[in-house]
Amino acid sequence: MNTKHPAIEMRGITKSFPGVKALKNVSFSAHCGEVHALAGENGAGKSTLMKILSGIYRPDGGSVVVNGEERHFTHPLAAIRAGIAVIYQEFSLLPERTVAQNIFLGREPTRRGLIDHKAMNDEARRALALFGSAHRIEPSTVVADLDVASQQLVEIAKAVSLEAKVIVMDEPTAALNEAECEVLFGLVDTLKKSGVAIVYITHRMPEITRLANRVTVLKDGEVAVRFDHVPEPEAIVRAMVGRDLGDFYAEPAAPQEIGDVVLSVHNAGNERLKNVSFELRAGEIVGFSGLQGAGRVALAQAIFGLSPFTEGEITLSGKPARFTSPREAIRAGVGLLPGDRKAEALVLMQSVVDNGMLTSRALSGLSGNANATPFVSAEAMEKLLRELDVRAGSFAQDIKALSGGNQQKAIVARWLALAPRLLIFIEPTRGIDVNAKAGIYHLMRDLARKGTAIMMVSSDLPEVLGVSDRVLVMRNGELVAAFSRGASEADVMLAATGEEAVAA
Amino acid sequence: MNKATLLRRPAWRMEQCAPALLLGLAVLIYVAIALSLGLTRFLTPEATVSILNRSVALGITAVGQTFTILVGSIDLSVAHLISASAVVSSAIMNGDPAMMVPAVVAVLVMGAVVGTLNGLLITRLDVNPLIATLGMALIIQGCLASFYGRFDGSVPDAFQYFAYGEVLGLPVSLIVLALLVLGAWIVLRFTRFGSNIYSVGGNRDTARAAGINTTRVVMASHIICSLCAALAGLYLASRLKSGSPWIGTEGAYDLESIAVVVIGGTILSGGKGGIWGTVAGVIIFSLIDSIFNLAGIDAFAKQVMRGIIIVAAVAFYAVRSKRIVA
Repeated sequence: MNTKHPAIEMRGITKSFPGVKALKNVSFSAHCGEVHALAGENGAGKSTLMKILSGIYRPDGGSVVVNGEERHFTHPLAAIRAGIAVIYQEFSLLPERTVAQNIFLGREPTRRGLIDHKAMNDEARRALALFGSAHRIEPSTVVADLDVASQQLVEIAKAVSLEAKVIVMDEPTAALNEAECEVLFGLVDTLKKSGVAIVYITHRMPEITRLANRVTVLKDGEVAVRFDHVPEPEAIVRAMVGRDLGDFYAEPAAPQEIGDVVLSVHNAGNERLKNVSFELRAGEIVGFSGLQGAGRVALAQAIFGLSPFTEGEITLSGKPARFTSPREAIRAGVGLLPGDRKAEALVLMQSVVDNGMLTSRALSGLSGNANATPFVSAEAMEKLLRELDVRAGSFAQDIKALSGGNQQKAIVARWLALAPRLLIFIEPTRGIDVNAKAGIYHLMRDLARKGTAIMMVSSDLPEVLGVSDRVLVMRNGELVAAFSRGASEADVMLAATGEEAVAA
Repeated sequence: MNKATLLRRPAWRMEQCAPALLLGLAVLIYVAIALSLGLTRFLTPEATVSILNRSVALGITAVGQTFTILVGSIDLSVAHLISASAVVSSAIMNGDPAMMVPAVVAVLVMGAVVGTLNGLLITRLDVNPLIATLGMALIIQGCLASFYGRFDGSVPDAFQYFAYGEVLGLPVSLIVLALLVLGAWIVLRFTRFGSNIYSVGGNRDTARAAGINTTRVVMASHIICSLCAALAGLYLASRLKSGSPWIGTEGAYDLESIAVVVIGGTILSGGKGGIWGTVAGVIIFSLIDSIFNLAGIDAFAKQVMRGIIIVAAVAFYAVRSKRIVA
């Protein structure tokens, strides 16, 4: 469609990580003045592909061509010099430095060898002015003092001020409200007109329809389909999921499967939470939705005693349950699967069995035998791991070698050994590939069928809607809306961003 | 339409002025004790200069340590490097004023070599900074122990000008320290290199992704730190007329330099803090000494109090910054 060279072209890219083949023979290109949307489930390989483009990872096979010239980036700086700027999902801002210092990180304007703070602030102000006067951010503000949306805008200003020819935006609207999204879309249009090639990563269909010229869908590290025009959203979704939605998520709970109240929280709060009231019943999965920082994780941590409630009435199966430490919560029958497996859930250098037995051993007192706790023996743990279909060469091998899905199942086994009444999942499928995701969803449903109450905190909206029997939405530390099964993405997003008052 | 205002009022950043508050508190206690004991002669400008002058070696070392801690590293080899510098400089000079320049050059080269080795171990071999510099400390100590005895010299009188000389009524050593602090401030605040130190210390991956040569920044910070330690060794040789191989460890310059940097509000993980905090930390330390001398408290109790003050200061910062995040 375009006779001149694409701004960037990636040919036959292959990349493996220990235990996972992240990308298989992926080709991708973007021309000047177009928005090429890159869609796909979490873990489909979008971020890995972009990290190769920006020189952070080196591909195992394939080539990167910039303006018709094959390039081998060995350092991110090489990619930046070639005019490629990436705005990552996890922000790469330094919280203790000012907005201007972040925008000019590593390339501060100097005069006679010294940094020209005034010029730097002025330039930063000019870059930020692109967002219109309503969004003025003072360049000398320390980034930690900004809210998440402002931080996102600083990230974009940084890319714009680099005068990049190719800008990659990795789910840029994840933390923005609707008005802020409109500003961003306007900015994307402006950039497009000025001849910048934009790679726009998202899984939100309205954004693709609004912005994209072309769409590529990745699935399990491969190009599932490429559209040279923007198709119906359904076609994209089908390609992303790669199967019928019907059996991807487990059947919801039937009314008779939902039992007594397990957890009751009444007017509870702490410094991050205000006046939260809800109930969780045996046999149901309740999804908690909201933007980053809306208080969902804070709520889970408060229930689990990590950052306790300071007020309110909380009961677990009728007994008072305002826990002040995880140990207390676990003893009472609450389990929590953290969102960041590597940092918070796993002891990476220990075996799969050891990881499974971690909590059982912790609670079994000093007299117990490490391989035969009152809760589970090492043999029983191995049996449990097999039942959950944890795939490992041997359960004696280090857990770090397992794929994300198998690691997650091993953590589920850790909690099952204690037969909890309430299990809290935070981002249960983050970094897990699509087929393993379905396995986790069905596992969660099986647990619920056996009478466990399940609280799920997830930023993946289709997942929340597909898995949950009920959806509660949080904003600014408060519960703002409740939906029964069958709510639409738009309903939940509106409640989460607070664009419209939604009755709870 | 747009209800969410993006301009949030900056939170009051208490931790930035906390070192100044602590310093003020220390000064207040000192003045109060001096007044209550009727010892007004300890409140004159001369007394102030003498308090400051007592911490020149610690101050010089701490300026260097500020660089390594800000970049997210640490240097435990400074105390032994100070001993080595003092010994080597007095051995080379051996009372001969003509050898002053070669001795200073030799010591600074030695500092640069040690800093480079520390930096190489940390960046190229990926050795944890604590272990790398601890190993370096042991190596220096071992070399000193086996060579000492063959080198016992003393510095010429002319070299003692560094420690005892005065210009316009101010000690030369204090002026050198002040210039060093000023230089460090300019580097950290106004040069790209200084900015890179904060970035690498704040988040090494982010700095790398922004195109900063993180290896070079860490190396340079270690070289600066070792050069400062070498300078502190020269100062001690000048003050004590000759070097001894335990001069650095006796002064506990390794741990004390880290303590004053941390009391000054620079966080151990790097990326936040600055040279003025370190200056405040050094003055706080020497004020504590003076307060105990005035009050006549014995040396062991003094040591206990120092320990309590370090821990209390860091706990205070930790509590403050947690509240700000929340």
